[in-house]
Amino acid sequence: MKIRGCIGPLLAAGALAGCLVGCGGGGSAAHTVTIKGSDTMVILGQRWAETYMKAHPGERIQVTGGGSGTGIAALINGGTDICEASRPMKEKEKEMVRKRHDREVVEIPVALDGIAIYVPESSTVGELTLAQLKGIYTGKIGNWREVGGPDRRIVVYSRENNSGTYVFFKEHVLDNEDFGREVQTLPGTAAVVNAVSKDPASIGYGGIAYASGIRPVAVKTDDATEGVLPSVATVELRTYPLSRHLFFYTVGTPQGATKRFIDWVLTPDGQKICEEVGFYPLVWK
Amino acid sequence: MKNLSMTRAAERPSVWSDRVARGLITASAMVAIVSLVLIFIFIGKEALPIFTSAEIQEEASIGKLFLPQSAGEGAAAEYTWQPVSELPKYSLLPLLVGTLKVTVIASLIAVPLAVLAALYTAEFAPVWVRETVKPAIELLAGIPSVVVGFFCLMVLADWLQGVFGWAFRLNAVTAGIGLSLAVIPIVYTVCEDAFSSVPQAYRDGSVAMGASSWQTASRVVLPAAMPGVLAACVLGFGRAIGETMIVLMASGNAAILSLLPTDSIRTFSATIAAELGEVVVGSAHYHVLFFIGAFLFVITFTINLFGHWWVGRLQKKLQGAS
Repeated sequence: MKIRGCIGPLLAAGALAGCLVGCGGGGSAAHTVTIKGSDTMVILGQRWAETYMKAHPGERIQVTGGGSGTGIAALINGGTDICEASRPMKEKEKEMVRKRHDREVVEIPVALDGIAIYVPESSTVGELTLAQLKGIYTGKIGNWREVGGPDRRIVVYSRENNSGTYVFFKEHVLDNEDFGREVQTLPGTAAVVNAVSKDPASIGYGGIAYASGIRPVAVKTDDATEGVLPSVATVELRTYPLSRHLFFYTVGTPQGATKRFIDWVLTPDGQKICEEVGFYPLVWK
Repeated sequence: MKNLSMTRAAERPSVWSDRVARGLITASAMVAIVSLVLIFIFIGKEALPIFTSAEIQEEASIGKLFLPQSAGEGAAAEYTWQPVSELPKYSLLPLLVGTLKVTVIASLIAVPLAVLAALYTAEFAPVWVRETVKPAIELLAGIPSVVVGFFCLMVLADWLQGVFGWAFRLNAVTAGIGLSLAVIPIVYTVCEDAFSSVPQAYRDGSVAMGASSWQTASRVVLPAAMPGVLAACVLGFGRAIGETMIVLMASGNAAILSLLPTDSIRTFSATIAAELGEVVVGSAHYHVLFFIGAFLFVITFTINLFGHWWVGRLQKKLQGAS
């Protein structure tokens, strides 16, 4: 018992010492390419940077989030080399860059993003409009009857607010309104898929994945359009309403270290990372 | 002469191996204390801007954390946890209620079960049952909480919904049952030790007076071991309030302000676990999460302190009576 009692603290001391030694490494003087912007893309950017720096010692990439707006503001003020944005830059913003730097903004699509809406396999609801989805997720629609289903209370599942999927959904479906209070949040798409498959009156969203027990709902932009089912093809052709490009923006044509990094991102090696973190690679036609 | 040298050897503190051992043991004790203090300083430092920075307070001041807030012009003031929003809302009340709700449910399930199980193994069970049950319950503590959480999410939630037909599969009861699995081993072990250390003379005396085994257990052993039982409950409560993975997976994490046990809940610990990973460092949201951590720390610290004081008081009373 006594021996056991002192091993723990000793290990802790050792770990602490190890960390102090490990954390002491300094940075090099090489030029650091800074990337700032979209919180949705921050993980993607970080993974790109890590993998790129591992493969190319000497290159330094630093990625921070803050939101697409923050990134664009930084690009305008000259505070970042690359701006990550999960929405296209507005004409007014491009104009500000032009005024300030006397150069054009260069837009580089670097990945695709799309999410699916799931219902249980047994559900009779086949398609939903964006407006209906918004009603369900803000809590204004509480019964399946209101969207053509049976008379049952809708159990709504969402992702945690740290996820890019959450933000995408909030921006694209909820028009940035708040989620309803009874919306349950689960850690990870797998947990959402599982919960939806077990719960006959539920709805959830997440990456476009197929699992037993759930099926994706066809999404309509409005009442007049056809419902589109999510798939890699409909996301890549941009016919599925809940899909979008993710962009890099630079001031003027990228040069030097920035160009080398962006070129690498667009290689198959770089595009492979998209899938690893839950996005879609670009297809070049 | 011979005698003198022997006493010297026994007293002599200057043997180098002795010194090293003593130094190491002291150092390991210090590491624990220093880590605790450092952790507290770090969390406190990160939570401090809530009180000091005007910029942070604009988004999240103490008043905003604890009083109802109106979501925009004309909207009714309410308690909402909606940190990622055009107008972030950081009301801690739904989280506090959720945390307490699940902790109380877990304690209500775990404490009677664990205390009675401990009483059984200490007082009634034959040796071979005791030798099987005790390690089995203690092994329960070795199950990673993420596994318990996963079990609740996949199996228990289905089963409970099938039986009771609740609107939310994942709710305070589901999480509370899962949480009780984590609490039972702690309460059980401490209680069992407490019962076992009641002097045999107490039992003998009780039986000699003509009391039955149950009367002895419930009216002599249980009261005599009460300080230990209380300490067990305090430890169990502390474990329940800070447990993260089980509630993160099994509670649904919807910040609903209600006292209904079948509503989904969002706890402090699950909120920190879910949101700290992606939060922008230095933002109001970031500091609020650290404030929650500090708040949780203060709650468990207060409960432990109070438990300690109560146990001490009870011990004094029991010793005075004997």
